[in-house]
Amino acid sequence: MEPLSIRGLHKSFGGPAVLAGLTFALRPGECYGLLGPNGAGKTTTLRCALGLTRPDGGEIRLAGLPVPERAREARARVGIVPQMDNLDPDFTVAENLLVYGRYFGLADRAVRARIPQLLDFAGLAGRAEAKISTLSGGMKRRLTLARALVNDPDLLFLDEPTTGLDPQARHLIWERLKQLLAQGKTVLLTTHFMDEAERLCHRLAILDRGRLIAEGSPREVIAAHIEPEVIEVYGEPGEMSAAAWARDEAAQFATRVELAGETAFCYVTESRPLLRHLADRRGLRYLHRPANLEDVFLKLTGRDLRD
Amino acid sequence: MNPFRPPSPSLRFIPVWRRNFLVWRKLAVPSLLGNLADPMIYMLGLGYGLGALLPEVGGVRYIAFLAAGAACFSTLNAATFEALYSAFSRMQVQRSWDAILNTPLSLDDLLLGELVWAASKAALSGAAILAVTAALGLIDSPLALWALPLVFLAGLAFAALGLIVTALAPGYDFFMYYFTLFITPMALISGVFFPVEQLPAALQAVSRVLPLSHAVELVRPLFRGEVPAAAATHVAVLSGYALAAFWLALGLARRRLLK
Repeated sequence: MEPLSIRGLHKSFGGPAVLAGLTFALRPGECYGLLGPNGAGKTTTLRCALGLTRPDGGEIRLAGLPVPERAREARARVGIVPQMDNLDPDFTVAENLLVYGRYFGLADRAVRARIPQLLDFAGLAGRAEAKISTLSGGMKRRLTLARALVNDPDLLFLDEPTTGLDPQARHLIWERLKQLLAQGKTVLLTTHFMDEAERLCHRLAILDRGRLIAEGSPREVIAAHIEPEVIEVYGEPGEMSAAAWARDEAAQFATRVELAGETAFCYVTESRPLLRHLADRRGLRYLHRPANLEDVFLKLTGRDLRD
Repeated sequence: MNPFRPPSPSLRFIPVWRRNFLVWRKLAVPSLLGNLADPMIYMLGLGYGLGALLPEVGGVRYIAFLAAGAACFSTLNAATFEALYSAFSRMQVQRSWDAILNTPLSLDDLLLGELVWAASKAALSGAAILAVTAALGLIDSPLALWALPLVFLAGLAFAALGLIVTALAPGYDFFMYYFTLFITPMALISGVFFPVEQLPAALQAVSRVLPLSHAVELVRPLFRGEVPAAAATHVAVLSGYALAAFWLALGLARRRLLK
């Protein structure tokens, strides 16, 4: 059984379509990434999947159940880490877990028995009686993750789980997610961090304007949509303009050149000719690296700001 | 789907009630003092101060007359504050409602939990006034205990009306309109502080459709140890307010939160 399957999802809020025939499905035990610029439809997709927003058309099955018809039962088997922290500020760490467990119909005794284990997992052992306001951003995120596990779900939704965290806190979250995947849980992850998606996701989808425009493993997506290597070329101020160079000379060495401000991104399958050329050029600096998911993302969704 | 379809809540509203109760328990002492201080000042200040100037009102000492009104007024205030400021904080500021809607609870359950909680808190306020009135020796019949379920019912009606405002509110400032345009005028013409018969006929007519005056009509005789006249009508009106207002509040909340 697929933990979540979405077929031909349509939704508009009066204006242009927010979801325009979105289709994808999660396989049991995988981490599936939903990437897309702001407004691509990620949040609406999650809300539809949980039965909180009614789509105009399409089919959703969550934990094997049709949504929104049986969304209540389906939600009982899912854990959610929302984008915005919504822990209860009036409660202690342990009370947050206890009260959340009650919403799932769990007996206090059953939840109390699980609290030490959940806090341990969240790296919050010994903090059971702490007030929420005394926790750091990373601790709050980890507690939110622990709260999402209170009903022992098979499927987790994580909506930008590491936004605003420092590198240490991010790495700790990643470790915990890997542990959960190792336990066989399925994860649906939305993120703006391409390195996070590349690191965690078995498969991912890039969404734009409510449509899925690329899907596969991170390697597959990179291989399918972009040249394998990138050389970023910068002009030295006062000496040479990368823009002028890109306009006049870059095309003969690179399959594709993108200009963003004063940086020329040269996408190449064979890097040596360009590297030789740059070695002799004064006034230009460069960085040579393998193409990554961010390159694909920017290629497919454009470099324009989406607010 | 029509957001104004009939409510279909379930017993899952209970965890929401318990959540709010747990918060309240942590702050019970200051919260109770707050609940009591305001109506107490009205009751004792006006009751003894103004009461000294007045002969009997409605056949009893003014303070005894006022006590029943104060019980209803404090029920109104407690229910309204909870349904407005506290519920709005949980919906908009703390995002507690978002967290709850990600669980098997529906918005119907959630809003019913908020409603019953606000009414419970309101009933507690009313009960506190009853206790003080009894302690002052102004009550001599156990019939007055019937006031307890009735202030709970009135609390449901007042809280449901408040939830309509919360579901519409863009921010806290919005609540001032409700207080100035509805709560205060209603308190002044519903027989809380003086008999409705003192009002011009037109205002008496308005008073007759307001939920607070029906609450007062039920509670005041009970405080005197009498069975209220037309009790069934007053109960029906308060129940009608509670049901209709909850339905409307839920419709508005669905429109706002389940887009």
